[in-house]
Amino acid sequence: MFSRRQFLQWAAVTTAATGYMGSLTRVAAQQRLTQDDLLKFDSKGTITLLHFTDVHAQLKPVYFRPPSENYGVGAFEGIPPHLVGQDFLSHFGLERGSALAYAHTMVDYVDMAKTYGRLGGLDRTATLVKAIRAERGDSNVLFLDGGDTWQGSYTSLKTNGQDMVDCMKLLKPDAMVGHWEFTFGEDRVKEIVDDMGYPFLASNIFDTEWDEPVFEHTAFYETGGHKVAVIGQAMPYTPIANPRWMIPNWSFGIRPEVIQGNVDAAREAGAAVVVLLSHNGFDVDQKLATVVKGIDVILTGHTHDAVPEAIKIENTLLLSSGSHGKYLGRVDLEVKGGRVTDYNSTLIPVFADVVAPDKEMAAKIDEVRAPYEAECNRVIGKTDGLLYRRGNFNGTWDDLICQGIMEERDAELAFSPGFRWGTTLLPGNDITIDDLYNQSSMNYPSVYRLEFTGTQIKEILEDVCDNLFNKDPFFQQGGDMVRVGGMAYSCAPKETIGNRISNMTVIKTGEPIEADRKYVVAGWASVNEGVEGPAVYDLMENYITRHKVIDIQRNDSVKVIGMN
Amino acid sequence: MNLTRRQMLRASVGVAAAGVFGFALPAAATPEATAESIKKFTGGADPVSGGNLTLTAPEIAENGNTVPVEIAVDSPMTDDDYVESVVIYAEGNPNPDVVVFHFTPMSGAAVAKTRMRLAKTQNVVAVAKTSTGQVFMDKKEVKVTIGGCGG
Repeated sequence: MFSRRQFLQWAAVTTAATGYMGSLTRVAAQQRLTQDDLLKFDSKGTITLLHFTDVHAQLKPVYFRPPSENYGVGAFEGIPPHLVGQDFLSHFGLERGSALAYAHTMVDYVDMAKTYGRLGGLDRTATLVKAIRAERGDSNVLFLDGGDTWQGSYTSLKTNGQDMVDCMKLLKPDAMVGHWEFTFGEDRVKEIVDDMGYPFLASNIFDTEWDEPVFEHTAFYETGGHKVAVIGQAMPYTPIANPRWMIPNWSFGIRPEVIQGNVDAAREAGAAVVVLLSHNGFDVDQKLATVVKGIDVILTGHTHDAVPEAIKIENTLLLSSGSHGKYLGRVDLEVKGGRVTDYNSTLIPVFADVVAPDKEMAAKIDEVRAPYEAECNRVIGKTDGLLYRRGNFNGTWDDLICQGIMEERDAELAFSPGFRWGTTLLPGNDITIDDLYNQSSMNYPSVYRLEFTGTQIKEILEDVCDNLFNKDPFFQQGGDMVRVGGMAYSCAPKETIGNRISNMTVIKTGEPIEADRKYVVAGWASVNEGVEGPAVYDLMENYITRHKVIDIQRNDSVKVIGMN
Repeated sequence: MNLTRRQMLRASVGVAAAGVFGFALPAAATPEATAESIKKFTGGADPVSGGNLTLTAPEIAENGNTVPVEIAVDSPMTDDDYVESVVIYAEGNPNPDVVVFHFTPMSGAAVAKTRMRLAKTQNVVAVAKTSTGQVFMDKKEVKVTIGGCGG
């Protein structure tokens, strides 16, 4: 629970900012909010779990605009994490204009970003981790990395994730799990795992030939005077959502019966606390908590949801610690008589201008970036408007990419994947190589150009939509809706597959998309092998360089039906 | 890297649409055909759902061409009471009868694993018959998706 005092304190920072444009300058905001405020916590018991997830290779502080749409369906409609904007503020009792309101919602986003600045930065996270270890004692703290750590930047692409591996080592994680890690291929994953010095856990990865576990599933620790078991869970749909040909010998899946077996085995081995370090996603883990018995805490990632405190489902706590380094999750546990008797939890927003950078980590970040620094900072253009990605439907960064690939590949329509990673640029910001790769850094970047019939286009939209809005979370793959360029459509998330997508129209002509006509479509990040075409980052560099100033207008081409 | 616009247009594509997104093929069988087959197998007896027979299959197939499935029947497997056979059906495949496993008391346990091809999203159904005339059933929907946009 948030203490009332904590809220008041953070609200106080912004009393002056409420009515924003207001009198509170950024400097004043920084002076009012302190590192100690961020670390203030009503600690419990002897065990502290720190959760850090989905940083997507962001070593430096970022702007990251929270979504305008994050719809839940079925049993999960209208409850966290499926609350945005004012609904989120009301639900958690946050004051508009406060520091927490800025961290968690897009309300007044640009003004708030100017007031509070960036969040994250691995050197800031290091400061907080060290401070909490000092406060609680090293042997009472587990620092757990929820994965999607190695992929997502220019330097991670160029170093095959080594920049992240080298920096993360300094944080001394006790374990990690993976998802985008696997897009570096089986050999590279094994090479890093053999060398990194802490366990890479996966309860749910089996080799396809012998059906044997590929990685360790559980790690045991003596923490705070108790035996703690951490079970790892990789993103269950990695070979479907990402290229299977990159990991041909590994099979994934949710495998709840395997998790249950590992939980039972951990208890038999004497664990007083069982933690699932998971890359399942929020709703999958909400359901999993009701299916698998005996997990005390699920630390979840993948869906990039940031919920200010753990929620309790039956006897399991579920904490989701956001993405891009914006937050550090903390759960304290009191254990008596071999079971958890009390807890407290929070997400600490890592305000980059408030938290002092850790010197050792800052030096390491400079070192890993040094060979690429000049290229990373090279300016290729400028944006007049806000560029962001996150949200169930089109974001402005994706609109820009769709425009770019339609123009560069002379296509009528465009598809751009609904990734949840990718940072934000404020109006007037330069666009650098770093910024471009923060949206597109990946190992299967080819931009294809193909003919699809109207029927095929509808099939693709329906299929992806069912991965996002299936009422049963075990059928949700994470990610947002595929982005489209050049066309409009309506979407009814509560319908079933085949019935969600309607009114598909070519924007330029206003004509309906015809079932039997062929359309030239360009897109990127196909999971199939042997796709040909230029890399999306090269293509977009050309496009942005040629256009110099980017001005993306609000996009109303997707109409959502039947949701509040 | 600097590609001219013309180079990009020229660097056109050698794969068909299905090479980027896999499209489902039409299939012939129906749930009715499966029901008919089950009736033949059980000699008309209505199978009992849940309990003794467990069918394990992935929620979403990683590869529709080779989907791992497992059946396990809770049975004493004695001379007096054992599982005789288990059939697996794929309701949406052109031929719904996929495999029959035969057991004897000597088998020790009625457990089997195999891999099967699924043409599209459909129910996989397993039916078990025991020596005492009991008939069990379990059913799992397995989704076959084009995938590709998670993250």
